Amino acid sequence: MEIARRRFDTLIIGAGGGGLRAALHLSSADAHVAVVSKVFPTRSHTVAAQGGVNAALANVRPDNWHWHMFDTVKGSDYLGDQDAIEYMCRAAPQAVYELEHFGVPFSRLDDGRIYQRQFGGQSMNFGGEQAARTCAAADRTGHAILQSLYQQNIRARTHFFDEYFAIDLIKDHEGYLLGAVVMNIANSELLLIEAKTTLLATGGAGQLFRTNTNALINTGDGMAMALRAGIPLQDMEFFQFHPTGIAGKGMLISEAVRGEGGYLVNADGERFMEHYAPNAKDLASRDVVSRAIATEVREGRGCGEHRDHVLLKVDHLGAETVHQRLPGICDMVRTFLGTDPAESPIPVAPTAHYTMGGIPTNRFGQVIVPLQHGPEEPVPGLYAAGECACVSVHGANRLGGNSLLDILVFGRAAANHIVDYLHENRYHKPCPTDGADPALARLARWEQQGDGETVDHLRTELAQIMEENCGVFRTEEVMQDGLDKVTALSGRMGDVRLTDHSKIFNTARIEALELENLMDVALATVASALQRKESRGAHSRIDYPERDDVQWLRHSLYHRDTRTVDYKPVRTRPITVDSFPPKERVY
Amino acid sequence: MQTDNSNITRNRLAWQCRRGMRELDVLLLGFLEQRYPQLGTGDIDSFTRLLEYPDNVLLEWLLGHMVPSDRDVAHIVQEIRHAAVS
Ligand SMILES: Cc1cc2nc3c(=O)[nH]c(=O)nc-3n(C[C@H](O)[C@H](O)[C@H](O)COP(=O)(O)OP(=O)(O)OC[C@H]3O[C@@H](n4cnc5c(N)ncnc54)[C@H](O)[C@@H]3O)c2cc1C
Repeated sequence: MEIARRRFDTLIIGAGGGGLRAALHLSSADAHVAVVSKVFPTRSHTVAAQGGVNAALANVRPDNWHWHMFDTVKGSDYLGDQDAIEYMCRAAPQAVYELEHFGVPFSRLDDGRIYQRQFGGQSMNFGGEQAARTCAAADRTGHAILQSLYQQNIRARTHFFDEYFAIDLIKDHEGYLLGAVVMNIANSELLLIEAKTTLLATGGAGQLFRTNTNALINTGDGMAMALRAGIPLQDMEFFQFHPTGIAGKGMLISEAVRGEGGYLVNADGERFMEHYAPNAKDLASRDVVSRAIATEVREGRGCGEHRDHVLLKVDHLGAETVHQRLPGICDMVRTFLGTDPAESPIPVAPTAHYTMGGIPTNRFGQVIVPLQHGPEEPVPGLYAAGECACVSVHGANRLGGNSLLDILVFGRAAANHIVDYLHENRYHKPCPTDGADPALARLARWEQQGDGETVDHLRTELAQIMEENCGVFRTEEVMQDGLDKVTALSGRMGDVRLTDHSKIFNTARIEALELENLMDVALATVASALQRKESRGAHSRIDYPERDDVQWLRHSLYHRDTRTVDYKPVRTRPITVDSFPPKERVY
Repeated sequence: MQTDNSNITRNRLAWQCRRGMRELDVLLLGFLEQRYPQLGTGDIDSFTRLLEYPDNVLLEWLLGHMVPSDRDVAHIVQEIRHAAVS
């Protein structure tokens, strides 16, 4: 089948903060850039980020990048790569000032400097008192970032393919990445975008789990595309559960609520975080709070009819304060629960939130893969940044406010490297004639007619299994069962049929492609989780409750073709400063 | 042909309901699934117009924080909020 072709210097798949930051840098450097996004760019998931972005500006309390680095390494439960973390924390103030320059209206102090709020896991002096490091544009930080970056990109003449769905990457026989096959959702027409460099910036995979805080678009497409191109996924067992999603529904109740003085209680009305984190209490890092809630629930102190959640109290702050300081949260609770948080506490439970693992990259954004013998090497022409990537700055657990920072810093870092690559590689390499075949075969499969299982059904089942068998609490038995079930479910994919084969906005076909992606990413997640026999950060096992640095201070790599997991060392050496050796994590 | 066109409109709207936030996905898609068959052409026009607004504006309206000045859009917003708790 002959499909239309377009050529660009760089193809960026994903128009969230990561993709747009990279695109802007490239277009400004006169590269010819295409950005593909399955939804209109400013509808990307980055728009949901309300809390803010971390940078050691020291505007509210003393701060410096080295403390930020310490907190990030500690928060990562020492699994983060310290060179990448140093790079990110040093680059943070610059990233924020750049946003200011692009027009992001940060909230300010009376003297005009950027206001900074307190978030969990932030300290002064390497583990001392609470720091204030998070910069926000009211509670619309993500929206403001996307909007500004999008406008700047339009000005810089970035070429957008809005509502195009990327199906698969194209690779030549030497292993060079040469672009991707994409589909126009409006009419199902295919387009082969040839590019000297391709950047994956497709965001996370929160839809793996039934109760999650993520938009429906977060189906791990880029991660699955990488897997199918023979690239392993790194550290997929580390999935962050936000401690406070609305129980059973998933809408996020931001840390800001606890930052303003809200706290958690169990069925006995007890302020239980005092037992789990005597200093930080309700502001301890996310994995600590999630696990505390899960423990309360497991030990029978949960609230509600099913005793499956705890309560987040803010009523003691007074109605005026609550309504004034947390208007967004109040409206959300009224809309989805029909109650007023100033009067009744909010039922909350740990909710799938952030994908720490992803496509392995170095701190230049290059996708790196292990060689048969010897160290890793970059996949020529392929980059990844943002939530779909694993650089790895979040390690086993991400700190709030560090993800927006990650996408900005590494979106730009990848673009920097791409600029150099484009200087050295001036011409397009020829695209092999069979380059698009795998993508076409996948599509053809969905044209099969007849009866079968439905996409919806399998997707619901998958999310349920993942929640039950790969959630906050994990054991060998539970996860083995999970792996068996997901494997069986993936075996049923061949029986799934579409009933709608139309061409115009056929969302059913898109959802089928998303399900294939979710299935691959789910297998990677459970398989990696089952293998890691320790507890670290978000990966918490009842049967291996301790962190084991001797055996497990290493990154996992899941390979799709063999369905196996192998490992590589953590980069414990920073760029210029001394390494932070693993210590017990107490808050 | 009538139903073909209607299907296309529904599918197009369904994709426009895919947003960057879970809250919006739940409210908009929930409404479309529950109420699309009963919507008249006027309502479909208003819903289409509503979906053209940015996510943060939709969130403010749908969470009842603000009310749209366009009366028809305001009406659809009310309907969506009703459908959410029904
Ligand atoms: C409710 C919520 C609140 C948050 N708050 C904060 C916060 O306060 N601070 C913070 O630091 N972090 C926060 N985060 C995390 C942060 O928002 C995300 O990690 C970050 O925005 C991800 O950005 P990204 O650029 O990697 O991807 P995204 O913004 O998710 O963008 C992904 C892009 O890829 C495109 N795409 C995906 N698949 C395909 C495909 N197959 N074809 C074409 N295009 C595709 C999408 O259309 C989209 O444009 C929050 C997350 C949630 C869920």
